[in-house]
Amino acid sequence: MSRAKKRYLAWAALGLLTGALAVAAAGFGGSGKSSNGTSATGPSSIGKGEGALNLIEWAAYSDPSFAKKFVSQTGCKIHRKDANTSSEMVALMRTGGGGGGGQWDLVSASGDASLRLIYGHDVKPVNVKLIPSWKEFIPIFKSPAHNTVSGVHYGVSVQWGPNTLLYNTKKVKPAPTSWGAIYSTKYKGKVTVPDNTIQIADAALYLMKTKPSLGIRDPYELTKSQLDAAVKLLKRQKGLIKKYWGSAADEINLFKSGDVVIGASWPYQTLQLQAAHAPVKELIPREGATGWADTWMLASKAPHPNCAYMWMKYVTTPPVEAKQALVFGETPVNPKACPYMNRIQKGSCTKYHLNEPLGYYKTIHFWKTPVADCGNGKKNCMDYNAWQRAWTQVTS
Amino acid sequence: METRATRVGLRVWTLLVVLFLWAPLILVAVYAFNKSNIQSWPISGWTTHWFSVAWHDPDVRSALWLSVKVGLLATAVALVLGSMAAFAIHRFRFFGRESVSFLLLLPIALPGIITGMALNSFYVFAQVKFSIWTIVIGHATFCVVVVYNNVLARLRRSSPSLIEASMDLGADGWQTFRFVVWPVLSTALIAGGLLAFALSFDEIIVTTFTAGAQTTLPIFILDNLRMGQQFPIVNVVAFVVILLTVIPVTIAQRLTADTGLLRRDTRRTVVAETPGSGAV
Amino acid sequence: MSSDAARAGPSLRGARLRFSATFWRRPWVKALALLTLPVGAFVVVYIGSLAILFVSAFWTVDSFTGKLQHIWNIDNFRQIFSTSDPTYLRIAGRTIGIAAAVTVTDAILAFPLAYYMARLASRRSRAVLFIAVLLPLWSSYLVRIYAWRLILSSDGVLNWALNGVGLPNANIAYTNWAMWIVFSYVWLPFMVLPVYAALERIPESYLEASGDLGAGGWRTFRNVILPLALPGVVAGSIFTFSLTLGDYVTPLLVGGAGSSFIGNVVYDFVGINANVPFAAAFATVPVMVMGVYLVVARRLGAFEAL
Repeated sequence: MSRAKKRYLAWAALGLLTGALAVAAAGFGGSGKSSNGTSATGPSSIGKGEGALNLIEWAAYSDPSFAKKFVSQTGCKIHRKDANTSSEMVALMRTGGGGGGGQWDLVSASGDASLRLIYGHDVKPVNVKLIPSWKEFIPIFKSPAHNTVSGVHYGVSVQWGPNTLLYNTKKVKPAPTSWGAIYSTKYKGKVTVPDNTIQIADAALYLMKTKPSLGIRDPYELTKSQLDAAVKLLKRQKGLIKKYWGSAADEINLFKSGDVVIGASWPYQTLQLQAAHAPVKELIPREGATGWADTWMLASKAPHPNCAYMWMKYVTTPPVEAKQALVFGETPVNPKACPYMNRIQKGSCTKYHLNEPLGYYKTIHFWKTPVADCGNGKKNCMDYNAWQRAWTQVTS
Repeated sequence: METRATRVGLRVWTLLVVLFLWAPLILVAVYAFNKSNIQSWPISGWTTHWFSVAWHDPDVRSALWLSVKVGLLATAVALVLGSMAAFAIHRFRFFGRESVSFLLLLPIALPGIITGMALNSFYVFAQVKFSIWTIVIGHATFCVVVVYNNVLARLRRSSPSLIEASMDLGADGWQTFRFVVWPVLSTALIAGGLLAFALSFDEIIVTTFTAGAQTTLPIFILDNLRMGQQFPIVNVVAFVVILLTVIPVTIAQRLTADTGLLRRDTRRTVVAETPGSGAV
Repeated sequence: MSSDAARAGPSLRGARLRFSATFWRRPWVKALALLTLPVGAFVVVYIGSLAILFVSAFWTVDSFTGKLQHIWNIDNFRQIFSTSDPTYLRIAGRTIGIAAAVTVTDAILAFPLAYYMARLASRRSRAVLFIAVLLPLWSSYLVRIYAWRLILSSDGVLNWALNGVGLPNANIAYTNWAMWIVFSYVWLPFMVLPVYAALERIPESYLEASGDLGAGGWRTFRNVILPLALPGVVAGSIFTFSLTLGDYVTPLLVGGAGSSFIGNVVYDFVGINANVPFAAAFATVPVMVMGVYLVVARRLGAFEAL
């Protein structure tokens, strides 16, 4: 056989081998989904701690100021990964074959991630009877639609809060009252918003109030034309943006260094900046705001389920809820935390709207995953894939 | 050959470029001693306090230890696979010889993100749980070629007749390896191993895709940079990482600086052979 | 003649000699034994995973549950190469453009340095320069990017220096300019080494001959040195181009609002959106670009100069 022929033969063999592998992949491959759910209600009691706990969380959700006591009481050493967006949390939970990949125990999922995790079988049911504080929760957070499906609880609510408008009091005068401030050219080149697909809902919310002709009734249920309008607004906004903040600390640095004077934010950044004596203030503009309601969810393949239950039990007790709320600037779901909050910081219970009537919660448009089902009989709303593509279009 | 002006110009340019290369590193070293939390310039106060804080931080410790472990494991795998491949390529001519070289070069030639993504999908497909071993495999893919190149270069520069001579003199394969091949290769293997370790210690792109809940030192740095937390500790860790990669590389450089047959250590080997073993 | 090992026993030694002889007589057995492990491991793990990845580019993912759907389609590719929504083409263009700019910059910065090292420096200065160029290369990549972030930020060294001489702040933090500077900085040593190797190989006699034939300095440079050094430049450019093409960390840390690279989109779609098929589809772009680049580079002789 000539050299050339041998060479062709070798390449052909390699090609065949690769092709065979590929076909095999087609047959078996995919995201190897996790176990199809254990018992519908979870374990009946909390066993002995496993000595470790792996958390996927929002920044400061296991802040040592209140987590240290947990570690010394239970011996469950905490290993945390701070995520910046719900998508990142979902992706982390889906790695390694889903269900947390046998790596992660708990995830503090917001409403736009929780249902995706439930339907993707990445989280398993939680026995709320093992979490005594659950009985005391504000009713709408006991079994909300975003973490309870057909009566089965897939986690326990922990805190909630709004997305606020943050501004530099020295450079932004007069004080803004509307979200329009981050869409107008007045502060061109000194604006920031989160690099997060769900930010489209904020634009939709603004259009909901300023352009009623578009017919947007829910900022998460957008038809193609409504989504296009939101994207158009965001593309115009891009020219005003210095940098899309990726993490809370990104935004803190942008404000501190003076690169940015106004932007969309979380209360956590405001508290951190004010603690560093930066001249900033936040508010919820007149159009209202989007927000998040977080749930601690248990991974289907959690390697340390007992420690996980201990954490859920611990973090929903009134004193800990109060501490976490004041570290992040959010609101507890356990109303008994109110006196504890006031003890740490006078008047904070009212400031963070802990004991508001039901109507207040309806003014916040909590994050939820956009799906094709518009909820009013129509099924032509844009799903999350479409939102992702739209956001990439805007930011790149 | 070159005019005086050209020579002066080149010298100045060289100096400027070297300064350009080193200034940021020196800056990081300087920042490691920065007293304040804020990273502005000029630096207002100096302290070594952050060094002890970083040392006592359990996250830093476990990240450092994991990086060292992964580096050693990946280097071991790379040494074995790389030298085996180098031997085969050097000694034998067969069809597909160039392809093997190309194959080993691919992990470095292709963007890291593709290697990372591919391995990630592979692990998910094979239902492999992410652990230190998934990271090690990821690192080994590009560490192999470093060892391979070093060993191959050394083999090419040494005379092939050495092995034949050894065989003619009655040594079997093992003896030839132990007394002839190994001394010639040892420094190349060590150099390759050190370079592979440095490469693995610093790797971030492939590691983010192949790690589960494990945090290596580069992942620690990246997470804290993205989260904007703990800048003083990151400064200290950065400074230490520079030292920890610079030292193996300097040694590796020294080991491979002089090459060829008439190197000190081959001569040493030949001299050692004469009195005791009576190989002549 | 007997050797030390002979004392181990004639039968053992005989066995070892026969074993070695087998390998000697049939070298392909030895080659096979040596190659099976590395090549086998590589083909199964590395090539296999690449194959699976690129096959998955033809599938989609259910956005709600994240389940991979084995429906063969080219929607992903249609999205990427669409002209009605050129987002991804724009990102690819930006990535390739900056990669090219970085390559050219590095070639210009590296050439005089490499020339000095190869032809003018004394033996000792050459060794010192070698280390001076090599060490930054091996110092942590992340740390070097972070260092530039410190330098370029609003309250960093650069602005302090500019203000010191009366110039206004340079607002290049979080811009494409910052990325260009950082990339050129980080990959520079990769360019210096192959160019140095190529220049070092040019025999002095060539230059003397050129001089003897009446060519002045510049002519010699253009017609003798440059063509001989070109393979080295192209070899170095393989690294600078490919590494910039696939990077996502630098845009993440020093890039701004319009700085997404191919790598960022891929990272977002894998690590954040869990949509591996789309990421895989987009990742074919740098692979194809590099494929073409490598073919051209091979023609120009870069592979011998690596």
